[in-house]
Amino acid sequence: MTRRGRKARRLALIAVAGLAIAGAAALVLVGLGDRITYAATPTELKDEVHPAGVRVRLGGLVEDGSLVRGADGDVAFAVTDTVNRVPVRYTGILPDLFREGQGVVTEGVMDPSGTLMADTVLARHDENYMPKEVVDSLKAQGRWKEGEGARTGMEGRATTPGATAPVTSSAATQ
Amino acid sequence: MLNEVGHFALVLALAMALVQSVLPIVGAQRGDTRLMATAAPSAGAVFALVAFAFAALTVAYIRSDFSVLNVFENSHSAKPMVYKISGVWGNHEGSMLLWVLVLATFGFLAAVLGRNMPLSLRATVVSVQGWVSTAFLAFILATSNPFERLFPAPFEGQDLNPLLQDIGLAIHPPLLYVGYVGFSIVFAFAIAALIEGRLDAAWARWVRPWILGSWIFLTLGIAMGSYWAYYELGWGGWWFWDPVENASFMPWLAGTALLHSAAVMEKRDALKVWTILLAIVAFSLSLLGTFLVRSGVLTSVHAFASDPTRGLFILMILAAFIGGAFLLFALRAGTLKAGGAFAPMSREGALVFNNVFLTTACATVLVGTLYPLVLETVTGGKISVGPPYFNMTFIPLMVPLFLALPAGPLLAWKRGDAAAAAVRLLPAIVVAMFGAAASAWLAGEETALTAAFGIGIGLYLVVGSVAELWLRTGRGAAGARLARLPRLPRAMWGTAFGHLGVGVTVIGIAALSAFQTEVIRDMGPGDTASLAGYELTLARAERVEGPNYTDTVAVFDVRRGGRVVDTLRPAKRHYPARNMPTTEAAIKTMGPTQLYVTLGEVADGKVVVRLFYKPFVLFIWIGALIAALGGVLSLADRKLRIGLPAPARRRVPQGAAGAGA
Repeated sequence: MTRRGRKARRLALIAVAGLAIAGAAALVLVGLGDRITYAATPTELKDEVHPAGVRVRLGGLVEDGSLVRGADGDVAFAVTDTVNRVPVRYTGILPDLFREGQGVVTEGVMDPSGTLMADTVLARHDENYMPKEVVDSLKAQGRWKEGEGARTGMEGRATTPGATAPVTSSAATQ
Repeated sequence: MLNEVGHFALVLALAMALVQSVLPIVGAQRGDTRLMATAAPSAGAVFALVAFAFAALTVAYIRSDFSVLNVFENSHSAKPMVYKISGVWGNHEGSMLLWVLVLATFGFLAAVLGRNMPLSLRATVVSVQGWVSTAFLAFILATSNPFERLFPAPFEGQDLNPLLQDIGLAIHPPLLYVGYVGFSIVFAFAIAALIEGRLDAAWARWVRPWILGSWIFLTLGIAMGSYWAYYELGWGGWWFWDPVENASFMPWLAGTALLHSAAVMEKRDALKVWTILLAIVAFSLSLLGTFLVRSGVLTSVHAFASDPTRGLFILMILAAFIGGAFLLFALRAGTLKAGGAFAPMSREGALVFNNVFLTTACATVLVGTLYPLVLETVTGGKISVGPPYFNMTFIPLMVPLFLALPAGPLLAWKRGDAAAAAVRLLPAIVVAMFGAAASAWLAGEETALTAAFGIGIGLYLVVGSVAELWLRTGRGAAGARLARLPRLPRAMWGTAFGHLGVGVTVIGIAALSAFQTEVIRDMGPGDTASLAGYELTLARAERVEGPNYTDTVAVFDVRRGGRVVDTLRPAKRHYPARNMPTTEAAIKTMGPTQLYVTLGEVADGKVVVRLFYKPFVLFIWIGALIAALGGVLSLADRKLRIGLPAPARRRVPQGAAGAGA
């Protein structure tokens, strides 16, 4: 191939690769800007201002006596770190090991009244495994006993469909 | 006793792996054939010793030998035999042993099968594989001894996590590991090529079967894992962008890119440096996945026991292999000669396009997976990156890739004709347009765009793949062309099936997200819920005793048009050994469509029931199976058959060129 041909080919290659990478970088920046979820404890949620509509991942304990079951899978409960509490509402089937007084991680969007409209609820999924956020949260409150559950992970999980993300969520989540 | 012998076998395996790491490569450097000839026996010894250790651990599980800590922690005497055996790798130590067994197997296979390769290249490949085996054997012996004893031995074990007591555990990890670890041998080939300074089309031909094989297993492993999560976790999702899923998906994306770039290298002697880089990246991502899963840095369904020393050890392995490989690459890449030139609009150009988008997509997944970890380390801020991010970054990158995909095989090597390819794709475009319009019309307002776009692209891929095969049959009457179809090279069939599978999966994903419906109801005996033309009546509750669990089953009569068509039996399952409940979904399959029923809590004589109607959901996994079958067909192509005599190789028709990518 001629030198000019080689040059043109290289330019075309660089143009395509550059476009793809620039596009991807833009998507990544926007994605990391507003499609991420902030992890927080109830106290952090109270202290920091989280605008309504931002996704939050709230970890803590299910407050004793706070669980109220409505009709057709509607539930309300509160997540506490023993200092502050955040009311949570959720529609769906709770994980098998969801219990009052036990660790839980809920994900969703804060509504203006300060209630977390959760679309995902995670609980520990057996005696040995617990979501990392719950462990961290319990440690922060000094309620963590070393050796109580040395292993993390294996979380039970429940979601409501379609609630995860505004634009394209349904393609991959459900 | 057998346990101690098993442990000792692992120590011996480490010693033999050191031999495998040193002697063959020294022989290759010195041109000493006697040293090079140690490759096969040393790799064989490592394989035999690790296989023995694995068998010893399996025996401990079968005998429920609770004097072994690992068995005590993960087994139970009442557990069914299939879960006793699959439980061997249902934990950190055992799965690490399986990982090393696969490593050793690949090392041995490379030593035995590569008969038509130059002796020195083969010896170097086997040695590099030996380095990886050595690192992971040392890891097992130093931090994760599966044979650790417990004294006094307890009478009963703690049982395996009930979620893992499923046939999925018997299939998913072995498939995945063969895929994951298979990239180690590809990595070994890349390093050997850099060391030997030999990088040509022949190298690409020797390495391609290994890439294809790993890719097939990784594809099947990921698909199997996805289906397992779908039916076992009980909430009906099939992909969660969970960091550990990403950990297997990233090597898959890099491996898919590698598969295509290696095709260019094999046919046209181009993209050589890039192919080597991809081979290193694919294995680096496999190692990264291992680190993420086993270091405890992640919260995930898959995360194993978190032990800082393990994390640190794997991080060191990771740093040594990736750092060393890139250093070698930087030193040697400049000396490698550039290969054949090509116009941007050509088969090579299309494959470069494929590579750009696959690797960029892989990079966005990598960023999303690592960003929370980096942020927490740097600022202490805790965030999680979930489906919203991944869908927003990943899907837009797939769209141009899929639009270009059917055109790629229609372009000629070196210089292609885009207009001609577009004309040939006309049927696919027309079908896609009709499909998109029909789906948009059927879908509700909210999902019309997803439906039209996704199903349109899926149909375009499917018809495009079929059209490609058909166009290869040449001219003439339809009957004559049909008769020529079976005689097309298998690699061509492989390409078509691979691409067809992608289309089928895309249709499944799009149809599911656009047309899935669900209801949640409190139901007592006699209550009926209806969904998508089906009526489900809760007939009664039953108690069923399993081998090591008790099921509370809700029996549903499924009616359609007033007639009972089926009975569904979702259950709440209780495992007394761990005092742990699980939810067992019930699924009714109608073609590719499924009804999915799962139970929630019981209160006041009523149970919360969640019903899903999942149209075309099986297409998601059927597409993966078709793509994997495409891989098998490519692998079966005569030009890749090892030990093929030279004249026969030359007789492969020109038209076959490049298919199978």
